[in-house]
Parts: sequence; structure tokens; C-alpha cells
Amino acid sequence: MSALGERRARRGEAPRRGSEGRAAFLFLLPNAAGFLALTFFPVLAAFALSLTRWQITGTPSYVGVTNFAAILGFHREGHRLAASDPEFWRYLYNTVFLMAGIPIGMVLSLLLALLLNQRLKGVVFFRTLFFLPQVCSAVAVALLWKWILEPDVGLLNSGLRSFGIANAPAWLLSTQWAKPAFIMMALWMTVGGYNCVLYLAGLQGIPAELYEAADIDGAGAWRKLRHITWPMLSPTTFFILVISLIAGFQGGFIAAFMMTDGGPAGATTTLMFYIYQRAFRWFEMGYASALAVILFLLVFGLTLINWHAGKRVVHYQ
Amino acid sequence: MRMRTAIANTGAYLLLVALGFTMSLPLLWMFSTSLKDPNAVGLYTPRWIPTRPEMVVVGGKEYRAGVLNERGRRTTVAIVAARLGRVVIIDPRGRKRAVPQSLVVPKEALHFEWSNYAHAWKALRVERGFLGLLRNADGFLVFYLNSMLVTILVTAGQLVTCSLAAFAFARLRFRARDALFLAYLATLMVPAVVTMIPLFAMMRVARLTDTYWALILPGLFSAYGTFLLRQFFMTVPTELEDAARIDGAGPFSIYWRIIMPLSKPALATLGTFVFLHTWNEFLWPLIVIDDLGKKTLPIGLAHFQGPYLTEWHLLMAASVIVMFPVLIVFVIGQRYFVRGIALSGLKA
Repeated sequence: MSALGERRARRGEAPRRGSEGRAAFLFLLPNAAGFLALTFFPVLAAFALSLTRWQITGTPSYVGVTNFAAILGFHREGHRLAASDPEFWRYLYNTVFLMAGIPIGMVLSLLLALLLNQRLKGVVFFRTLFFLPQVCSAVAVALLWKWILEPDVGLLNSGLRSFGIANAPAWLLSTQWAKPAFIMMALWMTVGGYNCVLYLAGLQGIPAELYEAADIDGAGAWRKLRHITWPMLSPTTFFILVISLIAGFQGGFIAAFMMTDGGPAGATTTLMFYIYQRAFRWFEMGYASALAVILFLLVFGLTLINWHAGKRVVHYQ
Repeated sequence: MRMRTAIANTGAYLLLVALGFTMSLPLLWMFSTSLKDPNAVGLYTPRWIPTRPEMVVVGGKEYRAGVLNERGRRTTVAIVAARLGRVVIIDPRGRKRAVPQSLVVPKEALHFEWSNYAHAWKALRVERGFLGLLRNADGFLVFYLNSMLVTILVTAGQLVTCSLAAFAFARLRFRARDALFLAYLATLMVPAVVTMIPLFAMMRVARLTDTYWALILPGLFSAYGTFLLRQFFMTVPTELEDAARIDGAGPFSIYWRIIMPLSKPALATLGTFVFLHTWNEFLWPLIVIDDLGKKTLPIGLAHFQGPYLTEWHLLMAASVIVMFPVLIVFVIGQRYFVRGIALSGLKA
């Protein structure tokens, strides 16, 4: 019998001692007290606050689903429907736009992992180098990229000029190019980071016999990649996708705060930054809580869909 | 076959070096900018190597040095003045004369402006900082100490509370265990922004905003850490514990003498992630801390950006100051860190 099985069997026996409940209480006390007061209760409170109007001073007043209606609702304006809070939709669009970097980053991470998976001397050095941006303080990285993206004397546009591109974009000052600039920065930060390491671990978990068998059948590099590596990595790919989407909906705060203040003209305001603005600049705590709840439901719904779809797409060995 | 492997390896190396170089450029640029003389920052044609104008002294007066290229001969000269496409120079023989500007190139000398770091370090003054112990102190010294205090307490606290709770979930039987564990699991799905507003309100009611408590308390407990350690504890074989129990060991001594020593890798992984997460945490400190003396490094740096908005040499020096310790910790511990991610599939 396996160790796990033995343990399960033992669990089925009568309680070892009467004092176990009391011991458990003491073990749990510090964490569970903190958890219930500072995590669990605030989650419930967020739902409650989302049904109120509250300007931080005074007491919250119950307004039902007014906030949700104000965020998600539409009204008639002349002959057409207009969103009651057009900013919300705009910032949702920004948030989703920035998530376009996720698939690009995943492909690049996988390619890098394939390269780093070669048996080469000194490969650890490169792995460390590529990972570095991920552990850098995001605030410092944001400042650095603000400098690199400076339209006139920044490194990027100077480089583009030396390649003969005279009218390079103004990046963070351009409503059109600020989001692509954010994506570029995020790619630099993450391509060699966690996702690449997860892919590396996935690659190292693929049994060598599969490749040996393919060699005997005379399969080339592309076919091995297509028919062995890619399907065998599908759980890793799926995991990275789910985690990245969850993070993506909550992303963009530090970049917006440090580099653009959400501008120009709201072009880089994400849902996170919008919640921050509503709550801590305009002190509309109820409205901001409703936004947070909507964000939660978006993340939750998307994750549910992912799990459902994942069952069909992911190949588990 | 061997030949082919050698070619493939060389190709892979070339690719790695090219990619590695490209990826490093932003960090090198940060470092380069942080060491530049203010006048060498923001040039239309940027230079990678920090330089500053070289000076020469002629007759007790200091002039800008230049290289004169006359009939194929290069000589160092002093530049006195420049006007209308001509430059007035003093040549090595001490003669003063005017030559066409195109013949003279101002000389630049390698120069690392290390004082940028001291300047950035001291630029913000804190009247009372770091638990009120420091008066009229350097801004970044205070931010550093605050960050260290908060990060160490949170990391240690979380390791203690999460391991205790994880032990109870993994090894003890009690009423409502599964219900409580489910509550822990459920909150893992909830984005941090959802709890942020109520938590801020609670801190306000308890009059804890703008105190170290606000920075430390919410970090001491985590559903995530409890879950991670509980999963690891479940994989520890029970044989040793059974032997200890027969010898009369209670739950606490089993936790402390058996489970904890066997779980060092999991504890180290959690510790590393909590450390990095807390050190780099931005949004929560930003909203609960207003007093400059209690700011941590990330929000200290954000504050620093305000008055020094375009002084890139100082901003980059400050960024290096903020990044450096984490980079060192990572480079030293990277093997372990990377293994931690691979094992647990987790992110900070």
C-alpha cells in the first residue's frame, strides 16, 4: 500500500486524543484570526459596500444596485444608446488591449525556454540574465522605461533615428502608441521570467523515450516540436494562460501611476487604475467597490470558462 | 553528426548572446545614465559611455580641450571661443588663432559621476523617520530601513502563522476543518483589489492608517501561504510522527521537531516569494502611508519622481539604489529560487 493510502486508512480510526480539537484551535488561532478579520471579512464587506454610496467620511448609505446600474447601464441619448459610464467601457477595452501581450509573451517565453533547454555550458548564466527584469522593482522599471520611451532624447527613438526612422512615435505621449509601449515594456519584463521557467520545467518533464521513438521513426525537429513537445506542454501552457489572464485583468497600475497617470486622455487607464482613481482620488468608495466586484466577477467567470475549455484542449499524460 | 551538433551549439550560443545583449540594454542604459554628468544626459545622440568635457589649463585659465585636425596631424588644443563657423584656439605652442570649426572636435573624457548616487540618496530629507528614531535623515536611508523592517517582519510572521495553520489543516482533526479550509481556498480566487477598499476603511476606523501596523498586519496572514505549506505537509510521510507519538510527543513538538525541519525547501520557497512580494509591494503602501518617514522604497521612489521629474541621472541612480539589493539576493539565490517556481508552479 502506498504511503498516502496508509495515512488515509489511519485517518479512519477513532480520534487519537480528545485534546486534538483544542490543539488545532491554538495552531489555527494566529492565522485564522487574521485571515477571517483581514481577508474573509473584507471580501464580504466589499460586496456590501458595493451596494452603498459612501464618501469615506460619515456612514455608508444603502443604495441597492444603483452603482452597478451606473457602471454597466445604458441610456437613450437622442436616437442612440449611450453607456452611463463610458469611461468604464473604455478602460475595460484598454485592459483587454494590454492583454494582447499575453499570447505574444507566451510564444516568446516558449521559444526562449526551448533555447535554454539545450545542453550548453553556461546556460545557467543566461537563464539568470533573462530572469533579472522579473525581480526588478516594477516602480524602478517603470521609471527606466519612461526614460527609454522619452520621445526626443529617449534611447528607443534615438535608436530608431539611427536606423533612418525620422518620425518615430511619441510613445507615452501618443494616445495611439502608449498602449503598445506598455506591452513592449511588459514583454521585456516577463518573457524570460516566471513563464519561461515554468516552460523549462515542463520541457524537462517530457520523457526522453518519446523523442527517441520519434528519432527511430525518422521525425524531423519540426514534427517533434509539433507532435511531442507542444502537446506535452499543454498543461503548462494552460496554467500560464489562466494565471496571466487573471493577472492581466488586475494589471497596469504601476505603469499607469508612474509613467502616464493613466493618460494621454485616458489611453492607459486600466480597470485597476480606474478603481484607484474612484476610491482614493475622488473618494467614491461605494462606486469603486462596485467596480472591484465587477472585476472579480470578470476574473471569476473567465477562470470558470477556462477550466471548462481546458478539459477539452489540455492533454494530460 | 558531431559536426552538426557543434554547428547547432555555436548557433544557439550566438542566439543566446545576441538575445542576452538586447535584453540587457535597458538595464545597462539605466546604469549608464545613473553615472553621467548632468550635461551628458538627454543628448540628441545618446552616448553609452559616461563622459564629460575634458579641460586644459593654459596660462592659469581653464579651457575646454579639443582635437585639432590640421593637414593630417592631430594636436590637442584649448578652445577659447567659437563664433560664425570659426573657433578661436590656443595651440600647443601657445599661439592664439582662429581656425574653421570643422577642424576642431571637442574632447570628451571618460567620467563616472558617482556623486549622483549620494545626491539621490540625500535629496529627500525626512524630519522624523524609521519608527521616529531618525531625525533630519537622508530620504533613501529611511526608506531602506522601513522596507527592511516591514519585509522581515512580514516574512517571518507569515512563515510562523502559515506553517502553524497548515499543520492544523494537514495533520489535526477538528470540527469545521473542511469548511474553514474551503473558505481559505475560496479567497485565493479573489483579486487583492476587492479587499483593498474595506481593508483601508478598517484601518481608518482603527486609526491605523499612516502607521507601520497598516503595512505589517495585513501581510502577516495569507491564505496562499497556508495553502502552499499545507500541500507540502501532506506529502511528508507520517512514519516519523507515529514513532514520536508513541514516545509521547504532543502536536507542537511534532510540528516543531519533525514537520518543520523536513519542510525547509517549502519554507524557503514561501519565504523567498513573500520577501520579494513585500519588498516590491506598491499599491497598498501607497494608499495607507502618507508620512514620508514611514514610506517604503517603492513608494519612496515614486515620491522622489515628483520633484526630480526630468533629472534622469538622479532618477536612474535612485532606481539602481532601489533595485540593487534584490538583484544581488536573486543572483546569489537564483538556483534555489528557480527550482522553487518549477516545483510549485507559483508566482509572487
